[in-house]
Amino acid sequence: MSNLFRSQKSSRFFTKFFTYAFLLLLSVIILYPLLITASSAFKAGNISAFDLSFDATWTLDNFRRLFTETLYGEWYINTLVIAFVTMIVQVILITLAGYTFSRYRFIGRKKSLMFFLLVQMIPTTATLVAFYVMALLLGALDQSWFLMFLYIGGGIPMNTWLMKGYFDTIPYDLDESAKLDGAGHFRIFAQIVLPMAKPMIAVQALWAFMTPFGEYMLAKFLLRSPENYTVAIGLHTFISNPQEQKVALFSAGAILIAIPISILFFMLQKNFVSGLTAGGTKG
Amino acid sequence: MERTKDAKKRVRTATWLSVIPGIGQFYNKQTFKGIAFLVVFALFIYEMIVFGFAAFTGMVTLGLTPGEDHSLFLLIEGSLQLLLTVIFFLFYAINIYDARKVAIQIVEEKKINKTAKDILKNVYHNGFPYLFTIPAYLVMIFAIIFPVLVTIFISFTNYDFYHIPPASLIDWVGFENFINMFFLSSYRDTFIAVLGWTIIWTLGATSLQIAIGIFTAVVLNQKFIKFKRLFGIIFLLPWAVPAFITIMSFSNMFNDSLGAINSQVIPFINSLVPFIDLGALPWKTNPFFTKIAIILVQGWLGFPYIYVLVSGILQSIPEEQYESAKIDGAGPIQRFRHITLPTILMIAAPVFITQYTFNLNNFNMIYLFNEGGPGSIGAGAGSTDILISWIFKLTTGTSPQYSIAAAVTLFISIFVITIALIVFKKTKAFEMED
Repeated sequence: MSNLFRSQKSSRFFTKFFTYAFLLLLSVIILYPLLITASSAFKAGNISAFDLSFDATWTLDNFRRLFTETLYGEWYINTLVIAFVTMIVQVILITLAGYTFSRYRFIGRKKSLMFFLLVQMIPTTATLVAFYVMALLLGALDQSWFLMFLYIGGGIPMNTWLMKGYFDTIPYDLDESAKLDGAGHFRIFAQIVLPMAKPMIAVQALWAFMTPFGEYMLAKFLLRSPENYTVAIGLHTFISNPQEQKVALFSAGAILIAIPISILFFMLQKNFVSGLTAGGTKG
Repeated sequence: MERTKDAKKRVRTATWLSVIPGIGQFYNKQTFKGIAFLVVFALFIYEMIVFGFAAFTGMVTLGLTPGEDHSLFLLIEGSLQLLLTVIFFLFYAINIYDARKVAIQIVEEKKINKTAKDILKNVYHNGFPYLFTIPAYLVMIFAIIFPVLVTIFISFTNYDFYHIPPASLIDWVGFENFINMFFLSSYRDTFIAVLGWTIIWTLGATSLQIAIGIFTAVVLNQKFIKFKRLFGIIFLLPWAVPAFITIMSFSNMFNDSLGAINSQVIPFINSLVPFIDLGALPWKTNPFFTKIAIILVQGWLGFPYIYVLVSGILQSIPEEQYESAKIDGAGPIQRFRHITLPTILMIAAPVFITQYTFNLNNFNMIYLFNEGGPGSIGAGAGSTDILISWIFKLTTGTSPQYSIAAAVTLFISIFVITIALIVFKKTKAFEMED
């Protein structure tokens, strides 16, 4: 690859120059918005817009205000509860289903896989009207369990496919020999194949966990009272109108979400690529 | 000769008897299974008498007296009954298939499981895959399939803010919503405008993020680069930080009067580059500039995913391929076009496709940036609304148009599935292994 841009010695300098210029420019474009958002969290006074100025008074007061003057603490707990339940239930369901589709040959398997593939393309959030009517009938408006249920269900088709793709890459010889030793269905699954799928399970768990943090449309529509909001809807109320000058509160709230999630992200980052390509391209 | 005739008769009798589930199984001397099937059948008949028929008639009429009949609940009950009936007919087909299969086995003098214990054991062994997939299926049916079914039905009604049950009734109106959407009234103009921008947005934003992603991966893959890991981490940040946060930040930054872009970035560019003197741009108040901003921000948000994917692929291309191409006299651009790009596309095409479908329904980017604005283009849509955010507004606005929203939903689903099927067929990316 080093040869890709290095055709002649004379152009080597220009290649290097433009390469570093590009990398630096891109870095600035990426860091600038993140830095001005993050720095606003520590600025005193009422701010109505982010900017890159360092002559402000620095303070931690915004974090105190966030938990005493706003409902942020409750939003955070709501979101954590929804995220944990969604993660645990979804990971269990897709692991079981993905394993079965990968390891067993049963009547209806191929049709089921095609069905999952088709269903996966339906933009589930778009069936908003139906969710509304169902919620009316079930008395589930403003209830977080209904939202969890939709998050869990909405991710199943796509993620089952990815799980199946990953299980396909785990060699079959191990479970074959375990079967010969007399291991039952559950033992082969739990003790032999499952431990080898840990990287993919971790990735799926992170994605399922992150969905409720970022999902806005359904949460905004189904959760009606402010104390039931998730962080995404709650934070949006701080910034949707700059005249209210709650931008510093937004930044403080955003930091408390972005830092833990980014750390989880970088911890699991290595598993992403293998999981994606394995699951995406293999049938 | 005599025997085969007898055998055929036996198989036929078993099949015909199972028109009433269970009887065919009794005939095959599988008493336990027969009782189980008969019980399921009886339960379904009971359910039909107590609830089912009423549910179906309720669905047909959608209620007769306003204030008393709740059309929506009738619609939901009818849809549930329909789902249940479909599941029953699946069971019914399995029942006939089973009676026939077992009868054939008897004729061929194979061992038949007759006792309850044998049958349960057999169910456990062969049913294991079903046991493991049924939970996923159940959740999926109620979270996806059932809502889609209800959406289909609602799109054929007149459910809107004039018809809110239980105060008033909802009626079936046939294809009226679709006719309005495609041919008549103010909806058509809005629909075409929104659809047009949805397509431009999807193609523009996704292609931009793919282009930046591939370019960054190729540039960073050169050997001489120092601090490669540091750059790698920086380039991952837009993916690592939750998108809803950065979209809201950008929304603030692009504010016309207060935002950092107009007050800091543009003056900085003016001071840096000679002969350029840009004024403040109307990012949030002029549809054209809002569209530009949205596409650029999505490029920022979406490129890391492609960059990570492509970096992985680049490392798997053997060096020799480039060496031999170089000996053949291929320049860097030719090598990229004939070696690098085809390899990337071959491996990553399915992921690229999912990126296009993702952006087609990227509600957060459109809504959190400028709430679909600025301004309005009629029928509740703003000038940068895409189909999904229009649906949101049709459903949540002060004068909701539920049935039109349902019709638009159906349109997107059919549109996406059709395109995806064509593409999958062409790329053969999802071919099954057996």
